[in-house]
Amino acid sequence: MSAVLPVLPAPTIHATLSGWAASHATQYNDKIVRQFAVMAVVWGVVSMLVGVFIAAQMAWPELNFGIAWLSFGRLRPLHTNAAIFAFGGCALFATSYYVVQRTCQVRVISDKLAAFHFWGWQAVIVGAAISLPMGFTRGKEYAELEWPIAILIALTWVAYAMVFFGTIGLRKVRHIYVANWFYGAFIIAVALLHIVNGAVVPAGWMKSYSAYAGVQDAMVQWWYGHNAVGFFLTAGFLGIVYYFIPKQAERPVYSYRLSIVHFWALIFTYMWAGPHHLHYTALPDWTQSIGMVFSLILLAPSWGGMINGVMTLSGAWHKLREDPIIRFMIVALSFYGIATFEGPMMSIKTVNALSHYTDWNIAHVHGGTLGWVGFISMGALYFLVPRLFGQTRMHSVKAIEVHFWMATIGIVLYIAAMWIAGVMQGLMWRAINADGSLTYTFVESVKASYPFYVVRFFGGLLYLSGMLLMAWNVAMTALAGKPSSTTIPRSLAHA
Amino acid sequence: MDVLFLLVPLSVLLALAVLGLLAWAVWSGQFEDMESEGQRIFQDETMSSLQKRPADTTG
Repeated sequence: MSAVLPVLPAPTIHATLSGWAASHATQYNDKIVRQFAVMAVVWGVVSMLVGVFIAAQMAWPELNFGIAWLSFGRLRPLHTNAAIFAFGGCALFATSYYVVQRTCQVRVISDKLAAFHFWGWQAVIVGAAISLPMGFTRGKEYAELEWPIAILIALTWVAYAMVFFGTIGLRKVRHIYVANWFYGAFIIAVALLHIVNGAVVPAGWMKSYSAYAGVQDAMVQWWYGHNAVGFFLTAGFLGIVYYFIPKQAERPVYSYRLSIVHFWALIFTYMWAGPHHLHYTALPDWTQSIGMVFSLILLAPSWGGMINGVMTLSGAWHKLREDPIIRFMIVALSFYGIATFEGPMMSIKTVNALSHYTDWNIAHVHGGTLGWVGFISMGALYFLVPRLFGQTRMHSVKAIEVHFWMATIGIVLYIAAMWIAGVMQGLMWRAINADGSLTYTFVESVKASYPFYVVRFFGGLLYLSGMLLMAWNVAMTALAGKPSSTTIPRSLAHA
Repeated sequence: MDVLFLLVPLSVLLALAVLGLLAWAVWSGQFEDMESEGQRIFQDETMSSLQKRPADTTG
């Protein structure tokens, strides 16, 4: 890892910033979009493959094979990191570079910094894929990567922020399109979260101790964890919603005004909801209650945004029947609505008493990730890939259709199984006999969950198969065309 | 819960920064003509439909 760190000496930054205009500034930089888009598909396949494997381990623990590298505890963080930061991250970077250039009508401020962002991020992912199975971890959910990799993440992120905001600074259009606000909030918030939660004291090359202790550390972790959901998995992907749904539907956002309100309301409320991950712990009660109240408030902007996105199709509902890409996007919004309703409900303390530590959480998370993040990314990638390779449409539209149904049925199997298993576990754990003793032992709840783990495995397998179909479709589209770039329209340059 | 003395001020500062940004956006006229801004994304490429895309090769 350390060899990768010094690739960006200060003079390079200066040179690229001052020389941006000279390098084909008449065209958008679609190369960086193409690189991230292709890697989003690759990492999507990898992360889902690992997910299906560990889902199988839950049903059939023999699949550990007695090999430490393949044990659930090491592969689970690999799955979450790959799905969120490799698949989700690459999808966000590809779309944000596409959107910021087109809505600002300029090329990115620096091709070299953007390239550093791409290669730096791939190095982080490879570092994760090696270090996590080896057992190196900080033990913080979604922040497992040890400090040398965390530093590389910070450097890469700074490059990304410089390119994104630098490009906005060069914009030829006075108004900053709403999608850029969402992407911008995602970039700033993730930087802040990563730095505060990443404060550690190194104790060797791949070992560190958190700067915080006990419940303090837990609070910082879930302030990070919840806002990672809020700004990485929500705000960023809402940027996709506000650009790619109107583009694919060929009609503007239903209410542009509401989209602005959605943004500011979401930004002001999300920061305070983290404590709901620590209900009934050593965290003070009043802190838990604040987390719960802000979680409930979040329902309003979330649903406002969802309705705004869906209503963009108003007057063109037939597209839902005819266009499988639109269907991916609109179903993504439906899952956004489901997850942002379910989340506030689960943050209510009395509901949380039943749901916490059960597989209900797994259902909730995968409604958000497979349904919302996955579907909106897939929709945007199906929009982007033909355009990035000089094609008019994907190699097989029929395959998009098949992918949609495989993924949808896969999610339904997955979520329904985990909902049932979760509620069942919660009820079994709290069941008490007349004499006050527990009705069930823990292992009885594990045994009762077995059939649901099997159903979940098949649901995940179906979702993975759909992703493989997408990878084939993307490869065929890329092979049929060749990398292309789009010229910046001159007539509008000073609109 | 000493850590709240870090997290709460940090979140308040962030909220104030966001408020400042909102004020800038409002006073600088970002939201003056909102309905036409939603339309602009349909003019961000040189041609209106995919069929007319030139097959240029850079990138």
